[in-house]
Formats: sequence, structure tokens, C-alpha cells
Amino acid sequence: MNARLHPVPEQFDDPVQQREAATLGMWAFLATEILFFGVLFAGYTLCRVRFPDAFAEGSRHTDMLLGTIETAVLLTSSCAVALSVREVQLGGRRLASALLAATAALGVTFLVMHGFEYVAEYREGLIPAIHYTQQGVYARGMEIFYCLYYFITGFHSIHVMVGVALMAVMAWRTWRRAYDADYHTPLELTALYWHLVDIVWIFVYPLVYLVGRAG
Amino acid sequence: MSMLPQASSFAPDLDHLFDTLLLLCGLVTVGVFVVMIAFCVKYRHGSAAERTPARQHLGVELTWTLIPFVLFMGIFGWSVQLWIRLRTPPKDAQPVYVVAKQWMWKVQHPGGQREIDTLHVPVGQPIRLVMTSQDVIHSFYVPAFRVKQDVLPDRYTELWFTATQAGSFHLFCSEFCGTDHARMGGSVIAMAPADYARWLHAHASLSLAAQGEALFRQLGCSGCHDPQSGVHAPDLYDLYGHTVPLSDGSQVMADERYLQDSILLPKKQIAAGYAPIMPSFEGRIGAEDVLALVAYLKTRTRAAEDSHEHR
Amino acid sequence: MSTVERAPAPRSYLEEGYGLRSWLTTHDHKRIAILYGVGITFFFFLGGLAAALIRWELVTPAGDLMSAETYNKAFTFHGVVMVWFFLIPSIPATLGNFLLPLMIGARDVAFPRLNLFSWYLYVVGGLFTLLCLLLGGVDTGWTFYTPFSTMFSNSNVMLVVVGVFVVGFSSIFTGLNFIVTVHTMRAPGMTWMRLPLFVWAMYAVALVMMLATPVLAMTLALIGLERLFGVGIFDPALGGDPVLFQHFFWFYSHPAVYIMILPAMGVVSELITHGARRRIFGYKFMVWAIIGIAVVGFLVWGHHMFVAGQSMYASIVFSILSFIIAVPSAIKVFNWTATLYKGDISFDAPMLYALGFVGLFMLGGLTGLFLAATALDVNLTDTYFVVAHFHYIMVGGAVMAYLGGIHYWWPKITGRLYSEAWARFAAILMFFGFNLTFFPQYILGYEGMPRRYHEYLPQFQVWNVLSSAGATILGAAYLLPLFYLAWSLRHGARAGPNPWDATGLEWTVPSPPPLRNFDEAPEVTEGPYAYRR
Repeated sequence: MNARLHPVPEQFDDPVQQREAATLGMWAFLATEILFFGVLFAGYTLCRVRFPDAFAEGSRHTDMLLGTIETAVLLTSSCAVALSVREVQLGGRRLASALLAATAALGVTFLVMHGFEYVAEYREGLIPAIHYTQQGVYARGMEIFYCLYYFITGFHSIHVMVGVALMAVMAWRTWRRAYDADYHTPLELTALYWHLVDIVWIFVYPLVYLVGRAG
Repeated sequence: MSMLPQASSFAPDLDHLFDTLLLLCGLVTVGVFVVMIAFCVKYRHGSAAERTPARQHLGVELTWTLIPFVLFMGIFGWSVQLWIRLRTPPKDAQPVYVVAKQWMWKVQHPGGQREIDTLHVPVGQPIRLVMTSQDVIHSFYVPAFRVKQDVLPDRYTELWFTATQAGSFHLFCSEFCGTDHARMGGSVIAMAPADYARWLHAHASLSLAAQGEALFRQLGCSGCHDPQSGVHAPDLYDLYGHTVPLSDGSQVMADERYLQDSILLPKKQIAAGYAPIMPSFEGRIGAEDVLALVAYLKTRTRAAEDSHEHR
Repeated sequence: MSTVERAPAPRSYLEEGYGLRSWLTTHDHKRIAILYGVGITFFFFLGGLAAALIRWELVTPAGDLMSAETYNKAFTFHGVVMVWFFLIPSIPATLGNFLLPLMIGARDVAFPRLNLFSWYLYVVGGLFTLLCLLLGGVDTGWTFYTPFSTMFSNSNVMLVVVGVFVVGFSSIFTGLNFIVTVHTMRAPGMTWMRLPLFVWAMYAVALVMMLATPVLAMTLALIGLERLFGVGIFDPALGGDPVLFQHFFWFYSHPAVYIMILPAMGVVSELITHGARRRIFGYKFMVWAIIGIAVVGFLVWGHHMFVAGQSMYASIVFSILSFIIAVPSAIKVFNWTATLYKGDISFDAPMLYALGFVGLFMLGGLTGLFLAATALDVNLTDTYFVVAHFHYIMVGGAVMAYLGGIHYWWPKITGRLYSEAWARFAAILMFFGFNLTFFPQYILGYEGMPRRYHEYLPQFQVWNVLSSAGATILGAAYLLPLFYLAWSLRHGARAGPNPWDATGLEWTVPSPPPLRNFDEAPEVTEGPYAYRR
């Protein structure tokens, strides 16, 4: 391990301590993230209890095909980043960097597809406060559903954007040999973050796309 | 203990609990202060007190953990039993409707008497307030009765009490509700039953249910909901207090909340066997009209209808 | 005091740079603590000014000093500023930042840059709040209850919501930093059961900050959404549920109460052991009490909502949990008292603050039992009884401990000694001023005076006048330290590393400490408070 390449900040005794601190810090941060999303899921659950049918109806207006593809895209990207970390641990570089770039690209794909969804929903008049034209029995409950839908997916997309940027940086730095088998904490932590973004989506997907289609 | 009158049936019992807890806390406070001061004096710097190292006793810790715990649970049990009583109005409680808005209290008696910022009640008769708000959250608070309940928009909350003492008692809004929150008060006037009867008579008007019945025709409800109507709609007889099967297979108890929702949000719960064709009356009628309609629906029984016809 | 020893003193953190820039770009936890200290002091007096206006208005029953609108803005501003810009960051961000690394034998916190970033977030949040004040203020109460805050208030709700949202992140990052620091940066031999109770308190409070604040942030974001776009999940007119807002809000804001009081408990444990020159009585019980309070603190939020339209059974559950959380608080009071037993007690200013804290915290805690009892809470909630209760905890408790801590560690922070006579005088004046201000409010509440009232019934006047008189004394007492502490910066005697002859790693380094605290990592061989056994 090259101490000159990766100087340990003054507050730490050694690289081990630094690594422990960074890892614990990331896990702690992910815990707060879970609470951020937790509030939204709690709000979603309670509103759905109030308007079960409207939520089902709202869900039927979402694009399940795109949603499913998005899920697959995110899952694939998580796999890619995991493989990349393993590659670096084994001393690889080119493949690792390529996998990270692929992850970023898949993230962008996800965002673009979501963009298409938003556009389609705008045309259909499903965006509360901006363009909402639903009428009839479920209009009111659906408005709440879509309100939460935009809040949750929007907040999640912000996380994806941050993740894409981080992945790009990681790909670049891996390419520039910043990480090796001994030192790759930033890469590992970025991967952790990306997995969280993925896991949150695993919850969003059934809540948004599948609710109205069961049974 | 207090200058506050004990004017409801709850007040003496709640005060009893309060005084006991006050005594208990007073004893603890005095005890801890006496011990603290004694230690501070005895072991002050420079005193000749004996200071052999004291050992830490697990027993002592457990004692002052368990004794408070047991005491707290005792207080909890006592309080819960009173709490359940506070929250369970007796069957014969007489309903009175309260609508709160920035910044006044509007009261409607079942007999149709209306008042603003005052509430007349008979002594000795359990009263059940059915309350809702037209705008923000308010809170109905009568210190002399020791009762308080938040009043929420778009929802009914309940409060019950039995006045035990004639007189005029302050009514406050105790949930911050905007500029004139502090002025949103009035009085509850408890009267001997005979005086109350006289008051009711003097302020008599069309009963609330009768007003509701008139509205029922004016607003066109009867156009669909009368048995003779050509539209396929429930006739609403004997509805209140019974379970209604819904189109999604569940059942709901037809209480005040359900009746209000059915008027304002008819699409929310659809009675089984009927098409969701009723228009919403939200924004078209005020909270008081809804109350009147609900009061009417509660009295809309087939028996009453029959006697009406035979008269 | 031996002034002869003149080892070539290492450069202290204060001498590392003098320009404004050296402060605004510092990564040193001690300097960041001082930056927070400046901000917190500013907001404390600003919030205090609002309190002065409130008490002044309430001298007479009629609303004659200011309009109802202004009064509502005054108490809202007082609440928002005191809660988010003073109390929550007070002990953790100043004393915690300064002392946590010193106490565990570390050179800094784990993430110094994040630490500085937290301070900037605090400043930005504060600026939004000040901007809101300049543009006319906000009148929702610090609780932002919907639908009033979303649909009915015409004031600058958005600005203050953004301010609190931003400052929330400051709190989250501080919490995260402390958690990681305590876990990974302890000196050799500093095992968990050798941590000073102040560190334990910081650890617990960091957990609460980290896990509760995100809930507040999202709730405020939802409020913003509702206010800006007229869509949302709280307003009944839109099909939402205002009680849901209260659940979310108190899910944060009740733990927030423990964010304010747990650090105070930590500080007082340090002060009492020092004053009595004894080991803390029942160290393990004290630790478990801290953890117990932090955990159960997450489960009692519903006791704010007994009359809010929550189900009767939910209230019963929240009530029993609230009684349960009173047990560890009681344990702490008894242990502090027992620590005095067979002590060698001197009554310097920090000890006076600590003893004052124990008394006031006990009164605040015991009156909490009345509010935990559902049946009694019905009458007492939303009255001055509640106001008195939480001021006993937050002002009588947290502020007393904060000031006690500032006095105790002042020589360490600045390297100077203050005037002991003035400090004792201020502490005693504060204690009496405080009781005169807030004890009458218990009586007012029991007599039925609702809170947040701009005008009141004439029968309440006597107690209100007493309270306002007390507030005058209290205000004067709060101003005193500003002067004699400032005076000490220039004219105070030099402190030396350990002026109190106290235990704890922070007293083993020079005062003020050098940039990296310890020349070499200290070796810890015994538990805290090793005073004369």
C-alpha cells in the first residue's frame, strides 16, 4: 500500500481507522436515508388506507412496462457496480472502470425512461397542481396518489442523479489507477450508496406500479 | 386546591387524582431537596465529615428504579380508568352540535336552537358535543368541567360531560388557530333543568332535524332518495346506527362521520348494489347544513314516516 | 497555583491564525465549536428578545402593547429560534464539538470538513429565518400545525420552513460525525464503559439527531409542497389528514426534546462529579438510563396528541410509555443526589448551575407525570401548565446545564479564568429569576389559561405579572455572563491546563489546547471521575 498516494488525514491514526470511520459514516448516512424515504412510505400507506380504490386506479394509470424495464435496468446496474468492486479487489482496472461507466449509463437510461413516463403522464393530465384533468369517482384520491408518486419518484431520481455523477467520477478515478486492491474505500462506499438507491426502488416499484394490478 | 369550580361530574374525580399526584410529587421534591441540602452541608469542602469511600450498591439502584416504576404504574392505572370514562359517552347523552370557525363557536341544539359563543346545558343531564370545524383546527376547552377536545376540519370529534353546578363557565379555544385565537371564547351556561326547558322554549325554532328535512327537499336529495323516485338510490330509512354493506365487499357502521362523508364525498364509500351516481355536495353546502341533514337522516326511520303519514 | 513551570507551550488552537478567513475555513473542531457558539449566542438573545416582548404584552390582560398578529409572530419566532437555532445545537454543537474529541483522546472528529459544512448549513438556515423575520415574520407557532400553516396563514411560512429544513441537515451531519467519532476514534484503553457520561450523552443524542431529523425534513418538504402547489396529504380540503401531520411532526419533535435534555444530563454529570470530587454514583445505571431515554424517546410522541383526535387506545399506549420513560430520568436524579454523599463539595459557579439544574429538572420532570396521565392531560394540555413544564426542562434544565458547562470549560476553551463571584451571583440570580418566571405559569395553566393567548381574563393577571417580573430578573441574569466572560478574555488570570484539578483527558492538555489536542495518543487505564476513589 502506497502511503504517499493516499495520505491519511491528520485526525486518523492509520488507514485502518480511516477506513472504519468512512464505512461507518456511510452506513450511518444510509440509515438516515431510510428514514427520509420511510416518512414517504408511511404517508403513502396511510393515504392508501384512506383511498384504497383510488390508489389502485391511480396505479393502473402508470406505465407498468416502462416501470418494469426501469427496475431491470437498476438491478443490472447494481450487479455491474458489485462486479466492479470485486474486480478492483482482485487487482483489475480496465474492466472495473468499464463496469462503473456502464453503471452510470444504466442510471442515465433509468432517468431518461422516467422522463418519458413523466411526459406521458403530463399528456394524460396526471400531474397534480400543474396539469391535472382527471374527473370522476377517483379523481380526488388519485390526486393524492400522484402527489406522492411524484414526490417519491422525484426524490428517488435525485438520488439516482447524484449516484450517476458519483459513478462517473469513480469510473474516471479507477481508470486513473486511484484505487487498487489495498485502497478502494471510496469505491466501496459509492457502491453501497448505489445499492441503497436500488433497494429503495425495489419498494417503490410494487407500491406504485403493481398495486392496482393485483387480483 | 383551586379557585377553579368543580362544575362537572368529572371534576371531583380528576381533581382527586391531581391532588394525589401533586402530594406524591411534592413529597419526592421535598425529600430530594432535603437530602441534597443535607449532603451539601455535611460534606461541604473543609467539613470534618467522615469520607470513607462509599461502595456502590446494586440494591440501592434497584430500589430507586423499581419503586418509582410501581408508583408510576399505579398512577397510570388510575388515570386510564378515568380516561376511558372521559372518552365513553353514556347512551342517554343528549347530542349538541358545535361548529368551530375562525374565530367563533356556533352551537346547534337538536331542537333547532342556535347560539354563538355560548352553550346552554341543563344540570345533571349528560351532554355529548359533536364537533367539527369549517377551517383550521380548534379546541373546545371548558376548564371548570376539566374537558377539552380538538375540533378538526372534515371530521367529527366528540366530547361529553355532565354539568353538576349551575352557573356560567368560561369556554376557550385552546389550539392556536390564527390571529384572534385569544378571542375565540365564550361561556357554557349550566342551568337547572326547569330553567333550561324554559330557555329552550323561548329560543325554539324549527328543530334541527326538521331543518334538515326541509333541506333534504330543497337540495333535491329527495328526488333520488325517496322510495317513489325513479332513480335507483337507497331510500335511507333506518340508516343511522346500522351496518351498510359496501360495493367493495366491506361493511361500514353508519355513524355521523359516514353520513357526512356520504354527502360530501359520496364516491368514497359506495353502498353495495348502487351505482356511484350521486354528485358531491362539497363546497355547495355549509357545515351547519350538513349537520342539519345528518340530524334529519338520524331520525329518518320508517316508523316515523308512517306515523307522519297517518297523522 | 504554580506559575513557575514554563515549558515551551505549544501554539494553541487560538494562535493558529487570526484573520477572519482562518476562522471561516477552519477544520478544527475547537474553532468550529466557537463559530457555533457565536451563532447560538446571537440567536439566544434574539429569541430572548421575542420572549421579552411576549412577557411585556402579558403584563396586562388587554392586548394593548401590540396587535394580535404581532404577538402571534413573536411567540412563533421565539419558539422557532429557541428550538432549532439555540437549544438543539446548543450543547452538542459547542461543548460537544469542542470536548468530544478531547474527552476520548482524539485529534479531531472523524470528518472535520463535514463538521465545518454543518456549521455553514446552520448559518444558511439561520439566514433564511432572519430573512423571514425581516419580511414580516410567521404566525403559525413553532409547531406548524396544518391546515393552518398550509392554507390559512398569510405569513412567510415557506421561508422559515426552508430555514428549519436546512438547519435540520446541520443537525443530521453533526450527529453522524459524533457517532463515527465515538465508534472509531477512541484512544487506546478508552473502552465504552470508561467513557465520560458527557460522551455517552453526545453519542445518544447523535443517534436521535440522525434518526429523527430526516422525518422532520420530509414533513416540512410536504408542507412546502402543499403550500406552494395546493396538493398534498395533510389538508382535509384536499382529502388529506391533518392529524397525520401531527404524528410526523411529533415523531421528530418529541425525540427533539431529548436532543435538548440528554446533553444537559451529560454536562451535569461532569459538573457534579467535579464539584463533589467523587465518582459518579451508579455509572452503569447512568449509561443505561441515557440509552433507555434515547430509545424509548422515539415511542412516546403520541402523548402530545391525547386530545387531538387520536384513538383512545393509542393514547393509553403512549401514556404508559411516557410513564416508563420517566423511570430513567428519576434514576438520574437519584444518582446525582447520591454522588454528593461523602463528597468533598465546593460550590463554585459550575456546581451551582449543576445543583440548580437537578432541582429544576426534577420539577419539570415530575410535572411531566401530570401530562403523561391521559385523564389529567385533557385539562392541562395546551395551557400554561405545559408551557411551564417544558420551560422547566428546556430552560431550567438545558440552559442551566449549557451555561454551567460553558463556565466549567471556559478556562479550557479560552485559557482564562472568569470572575468567580460574578459567576456565582449570576447563577443564583438565574435560579430565582427562573422560578419566579415559570412557577406562576403552572398555576395559570391549572387555573385554565390557554397558551398562545394575546389577551386573557383579568383573573389571571396576578400570576402573569409575577411571571413577567421574574422574566425581567431572568433576562438580566442572562446578560451578566456576557459581560464578565467577555471581560475575562482580556483581563482574566491565565488558567493553566487543569484549574479545577479535575479528571478527564481534556484537562491533561494545555489550555487552550493545541491544534491537534494531543502530542501523542493518551493511554487510558481507568474509568472516568477518578477523584479520590
